[in-house]
Amino acid sequence: MEFSELIRTGQAQAELLRGPEAPPLRGTLCVTGHHLLLSPGPQATPDLWLLLLRSVDSIEKRVAGDCGTITLRCKDLRVLQLDIEGVEATLNIARSIEGLRLGDAWHFHPPERYYKRVAREVLLRSSQPLIGPQKRRCAEDEALLRAVLAGSRPGARGFIVDTRSAQTAKQARMTGGGTEAKAAYPGWKRLHRPLERGRPLQESFVHLVEACGDLEQSMDHWLSRLAGCRWLAHVKEALSTACLAAQGMEREGACILVHGAEGTDSTLVVTSLAQLILDPSSRTMAGFQELVEREWIQAGHPFQLRCAHSAFSHARPKHEAPTFLLFLDCVWQLGRQFPLSLEFGEGMLLALFDHAYASPFGTFLCNSEQERCLCEVRTRTHSLWSGLNQLKEQRKLRNPLYVPNPLALWPSVEPQSLRLWQGLFLRWTRPPEPSEAAWEKVWQIVTDQEKTEGSQPTVSASELQL
Amino acid sequence: MEHIRTPKVENVRLVDRISSKKAALGTLYLTATHVIFVENAPDTRKETWILHSQISTIEKQATTATGCPLLIRCKNFQLLQLIIPQERDCHDVYLSLVRLARPVKYEELYCFSFNPKLDKEEREQGWMLIDLGEEYKRMGLPNNYWQLSDVNRDYRVCDSYPADLYVPRSATAHIIVGSSKFRSRRRFPALSYYYRENHASICRSSQPLSGFSARCLEDEQMLQAIRKANPGSDFIYVVDTRPKLNAMANRAAGKGYENEDNYSNIKFQFIGIENIHVMRNSLQKMLEVCELKSPSMSDFLWGLENSGWLRHIKAILDAGIFIAKAVSEEGASVLVHCSDGWDRTAQVCSVASLLLDPHYRTLKGFMVLIEKDWISFGHKFNHRYGNLDGDPKEISPVIDQFIECVWQLMEQFPCAFEFNERFLIHIQNHIYSCQFGNFLCNSQKERQELKIQERTHSSWAHLWKNRAEYLNPLFRADHSQTRGALRLPTAPCSFTHKFWSGMYNRFEKGLQPRQSVTDYLMAVKEESQQLEEELAALGERLEKIQKVQLNRTEVKSNKQSEPSKHSGFSTSDNSTANTPQDYSGNVKSFPSRSPSQGDEDSALILTQDNLKSSDPDLSANSDQESGVEDLSCRSPSGGEHAPSEDSSKDRDSDEAVFLTA
Repeated sequence: MEFSELIRTGQAQAELLRGPEAPPLRGTLCVTGHHLLLSPGPQATPDLWLLLLRSVDSIEKRVAGDCGTITLRCKDLRVLQLDIEGVEATLNIARSIEGLRLGDAWHFHPPERYYKRVAREVLLRSSQPLIGPQKRRCAEDEALLRAVLAGSRPGARGFIVDTRSAQTAKQARMTGGGTEAKAAYPGWKRLHRPLERGRPLQESFVHLVEACGDLEQSMDHWLSRLAGCRWLAHVKEALSTACLAAQGMEREGACILVHGAEGTDSTLVVTSLAQLILDPSSRTMAGFQELVEREWIQAGHPFQLRCAHSAFSHARPKHEAPTFLLFLDCVWQLGRQFPLSLEFGEGMLLALFDHAYASPFGTFLCNSEQERCLCEVRTRTHSLWSGLNQLKEQRKLRNPLYVPNPLALWPSVEPQSLRLWQGLFLRWTRPPEPSEAAWEKVWQIVTDQEKTEGSQPTVSASELQL
Repeated sequence: MEHIRTPKVENVRLVDRISSKKAALGTLYLTATHVIFVENAPDTRKETWILHSQISTIEKQATTATGCPLLIRCKNFQLLQLIIPQERDCHDVYLSLVRLARPVKYEELYCFSFNPKLDKEEREQGWMLIDLGEEYKRMGLPNNYWQLSDVNRDYRVCDSYPADLYVPRSATAHIIVGSSKFRSRRRFPALSYYYRENHASICRSSQPLSGFSARCLEDEQMLQAIRKANPGSDFIYVVDTRPKLNAMANRAAGKGYENEDNYSNIKFQFIGIENIHVMRNSLQKMLEVCELKSPSMSDFLWGLENSGWLRHIKAILDAGIFIAKAVSEEGASVLVHCSDGWDRTAQVCSVASLLLDPHYRTLKGFMVLIEKDWISFGHKFNHRYGNLDGDPKEISPVIDQFIECVWQLMEQFPCAFEFNERFLIHIQNHIYSCQFGNFLCNSQKERQELKIQERTHSSWAHLWKNRAEYLNPLFRADHSQTRGALRLPTAPCSFTHKFWSGMYNRFEKGLQPRQSVTDYLMAVKEESQQLEEELAALGERLEKIQKVQLNRTEVKSNKQSEPSKHSGFSTSDNSTANTPQDYSGNVKSFPSRSPSQGDEDSALILTQDNLKSSDPDLSANSDQESGVEDLSCRSPSGGEHAPSEDSSKDRDSDEAVFLTA
């Protein structure tokens, strides 16, 4: 096995510090091909502590005397400290983690520019048209869009929501891209709603996590740091654009086409959110999984590139961007404003975030369906969905307050209505007990009611028999 | 009534602040107690009621082609923009309101005319609901260390203190009087809270008149007596809640703070909370941010930061946490003061008590806490909240800040409080509304002279009567985290404080979450309780029937199981019809859209909102109040319901709508 070359010291005595709110853990540390294990001493808690090596975002090591310290910053934003006995053991373990966390060597290609439009009712998404500096036209593409309008109700109009600014879209012509010319697509009107993407979005994420990491120092300037990192501004923009697209469909009966450049990032944020706003079936447990599968995984969001590192990496971001996290945050905002209308709870969103960045399942592997086929992901790995749909996970993932809501959910996008997602960004720095206690109580109230409701018919039924 | 120049103006438009395009056409009425706007829309005739005492400022803006705009800002953060067609009418309304909003004597206030149809006995019982004597007993007093002192009988020593006070047993009348002469406004150290677990206490006073070098033997003895009343600790903390600079400046005026060299065994500590003027300006700045029309995220956050409001809230919480920890963890008594000891001291003592004692986190306990630390200890409600026309520099949102501190703690500890956010909002509303007598005047002495208890009603009784609305379904009295002192975060305030849009933007329904978890869970709880009762009743019947059967008598055919009366509370909660707001920004994206298109939907929202609304403003709009023609005869004393606030909620009619829905 190639793994064995990377593991020089398999075991060592260590103490694990998991942040201010969790007690330290002492025991035997063990490195395996995919995991870091800590088995506590016999008198301590029997639970084995386990960390997937792929979830390590950055690693730092320090030695002093005959002890060493390894600090692991994880992709789910946890910060862990391991105090290890023995200098050599420390260095070896650090090297093993460093080597193994990047171990899975998938060969990926950069996403190929494709020119495909996927129709789903009247909400469409695509990549940019390949107009180029010569202002090319494409008869088939024009015909397709004409057909979309013709297939809709008579007199219907179309809106093209371009997730870039007008200027950026124009500049894209220099590299062969561009945006639909008005004259070539009669009946279609173009709207530019610039959404942040790529490196600026990643930097925004990194700055926010930094600000959340040293809250005690930054409390005095917390709000200006929150403003400075612009994350909530991106949430606001993404949510408003999705609402605009949804509003166009629902209120105007218009056809909406969403695209940016590649059609695999901000486009997907907009289309998937718009469906969540309009379509009650996408708000169920199964419907939401289907939405993520269809609008993100199959639509070719390059998870492998975008989620290679999360906020702690020291490497300069190349292709990383928390586009999927931005989507999850918007869904969380929607759930906060409509706490009864989503069948899944915050736990589901947190699980998706964790698994997108590091997962023992194959669902988020690779950058496109094509790659997944080449790598035989479906035959060689397990699906996240089957993992999440296990009965024991339900209490964590489901929203006990869910009541099917047939209407569209129009959220407020005013700053007063949007909040920092503390459950994610402060997950490891605030004490979890109060919110856990609240969650338990919510479940208790709801299950109590179901119990009494369930016990009623038996009595009335027996009465009717008399 | 003599101040009302024009009782009725027609064709007035009420501008919707969120979408400025929408404006409701209606009629404006001025009554002796309220401003009322009734919309013309025949199916809803939505009403907006504003109590005169809630009006904070009235602004007449430059006349435009459409009419003369009048901006009314309320103390409960409602903002009303009216456009009155005739300049002259607008001016009349303006002048009337300026006078009506600033009464010059107490008798003009609403509480003296408000009559909720209770007889004398009920009213007296209402005033007896909260009994501070009982509260001190609950703390375990009197005991070997503390006794009830009659030194302030008839307010002889200090006119802003209550008559009944607890002081250390070793503090003689001589010491108390001597100490009082060495304290601003003679507010000597007295007990605020006694922590029976370890005998530590929280005492409060005003600043000492120490200047640069003055001393007072009795005052030093008084602090010693407080220390001795706690056998578990050999020192006491003296916490000055002012910034050090302010306290030092006071020394030049012959006031100041305790010198550690003169008082043996004290540990002196400054915790800088800013004064009322800074707080007033801070709120002003924050409200300006709330009023911004569609601000960008960074405009909003920067504005909030620059207002400093959340920083001040944090300072108050930090001070409360410091004291609670000193008491519960170090077992040391704490003497708290600021300048006069009626603003910051009240905030800090009550936050600390709330953290220490789960009783104050219950509905009734919270009323007791406000009664004790605010009302009895002479917080100047009249001056701070402008009950009567007075010095605008005295106005400051001191108790608002305390209420927000409680909300921040509720957000942090969702299971620790028996009451919900609505309770806090309604208390805030009553503090300003002057509908009840509790929050009038500047001291107990003044209230007694005015015979408040004989002439007005108590808001505590009113809130208690409606307590079902204020319960927190997540409350877990027996949970390890909520028993005893709240388990505070390891680092002081390692949590971020949030902007409370539920308070400061509470009249902008569009900004609030569209579904209420609290209401839903309460409905679920109620439903299961009803089902259980029904189950028990059916079980009994079943038993009876079986007995009858055994006796071989005929089973009557008419015994059909009754149809369930509760036909799904969920559907009404679930009705979240809401109109999309303007997401298009400045882009004229959907020019085809007619402005009237959204109106049907908003009407829909209204009726559905009303089903379960208990918010002050909405219930005021509820249908049973639609008797506009009767307005003229609705004399303030004869009103069958309190026309504003939650009291107007007619439960039966609400339920009727609820069930048919």
